[in-house]
Formats: sequence, structure tokens, C-alpha cells
Amino acid sequence: MADFNVNLRGVGSVSVIDVKGYLDAHTAPELENVFNKLLDQRQFRVVVNFDELKYISSAGLGVFMAYVETMRENSGDIKFSNMKENVYNIFDLLGFPILYEFFKEEKEALQKFDSQG
Amino acid sequence: MNSSNKIFEKELLIKSTTDNLALIREFTRSAAEESGFSDETIGKIILAVDEACTNIIKHAYKYSPDGNIFITIKFEDNKFIIAITDEGNHFDPARVPEPDLIHYYKQKRAGGLGMFLMKKLMDEVKYSTLTGNKNQVILVKYLS
Repeated sequence: MADFNVNLRGVGSVSVIDVKGYLDAHTAPELENVFNKLLDQRQFRVVVNFDELKYISSAGLGVFMAYVETMRENSGDIKFSNMKENVYNIFDLLGFPILYEFFKEEKEALQKFDSQG
Repeated sequence: MNSSNKIFEKELLIKSTTDNLALIREFTRSAAEESGFSDETIGKIILAVDEACTNIIKHAYKYSPDGNIFITIKFEDNKFIIAITDEGNHFDPARVPEPDLIHYYKQKRAGGLGMFLMKKLMDEVKYSTLTGNKNQVILVKYLS
């Protein structure tokens, strides 16, 4: 059984998703549920904090692909922070840095939203 | 004895459910560690095997949990060979296009990422059809 945990918290007008453990085809639906909840609540400004994520497969990457355009169409975005090198390397291999903003610290991602108004 | 002298073969037969992916990764990790790969390379091998099995669960068995996935890992002459066999629907890797991130972005979907990753992460990826309607993918990593 894959060990994965997802937590949602609000920081000002931004929703922060903390992901922890192993994000694979088995656990990706849990993350989808969180994004669906955000869409229901019309929360489009999202930071995903990867600090405690140990592993990601393409099933996890696919979740971000599925939701980012909707967020942007509604003046929001999905930004990434606190990613470990081994996890970042997978995003990089697939070309994600062209389409997504990555930040070392969560607060930098939050500031970027603030500066965008 | 250095790692190049090691020879082994390990087998795992499991059902086609996504909750088995953690077990598949553990099985792969243990064999890759025994072969003497660096942590970084072990991570790549584990992800490639996860992607191959995820594709089988999703496409060959269409999430039916009763399918068999048979994995053998062999290590000899510094060659780490993972053979993954299923009895599900045949799929033609040539018909899966290279993923185009910008296109996916507009389509709000992603597909083919797993196959693309497997090719990037491993030294060799080969698909074949075996007798008895079985499909096999072979992943190879060389210990340098």
C-alpha cells in the first residue's frame, strides 16, 4: 500500500496543498479529489508544497496537467515549491519548467501570487 | 567479490492493481541495490518499472484487478534486465506519439508520459509479443 497524504490549507487568498510520501497511479486520485474540491469552491490560486514528497510518477504529473489550464483561465495558477532534487528531475525530464513556475520556498510562490494581485 | 561478478534472477508474480505498485517498487529497489547501482540510478530504474506496470494495469488490463503481471529481474555482466509480461490487450508502442506538453496543456490531459519517461530513464526499452498472446516489455540498465 503506497503511503501518501495530502493536506489542504488556506494562506490568504491562496490554497496550499501539502503532498507527502508517494504519488503514483494508486494515490493520484486523492490529489484529484483535492483539485476538484478547489474547483467547486472556485479557488484557482494554488501552491503545491512538495517538501515531504518522496516520489512521483507520471500519474502524479498528469494531475497537474489536467488542472493547470482551468486555474489559469480563471486568473489563477498552480505553482510548485520546496521540491526535492530527485522529484524536480522528473518534472524537468518532461519539460514542465516551460509551463510551470517552481520556487525554492513556499513563501516565494505566495509572494508571486501577491505581486500578481 | 565486486558487483560485476554478481549474477542473480528474481521473480515476482502479482495482480494488476495499482495498490501493488508500492510492492513492485520495493521488489525493484531491492534487486537494484543488490546490483550496486547508485541511489540516483536506482530511483530511475524504480520509476521506469512503475511506469511500465502502470501502463499494463491501465491499458492492457483496463484496470481489471484479475490480470497477471509477471516480473523477472536478471543481473549479469553488469547488465540489469527487467522483463515484464502480461496477458492483457496488446498495445502497439509505435502508435503512442511522443508527448507534447504544450498540446496537452491546451487539451487538459496527459498521455504517453510514462513511455517517454521509460525511454529517458533506461538504456534500452523493447516491446514484444510472446506466444500465448502475452505482451512483454524489457527494460535494461547497464552498471557503469
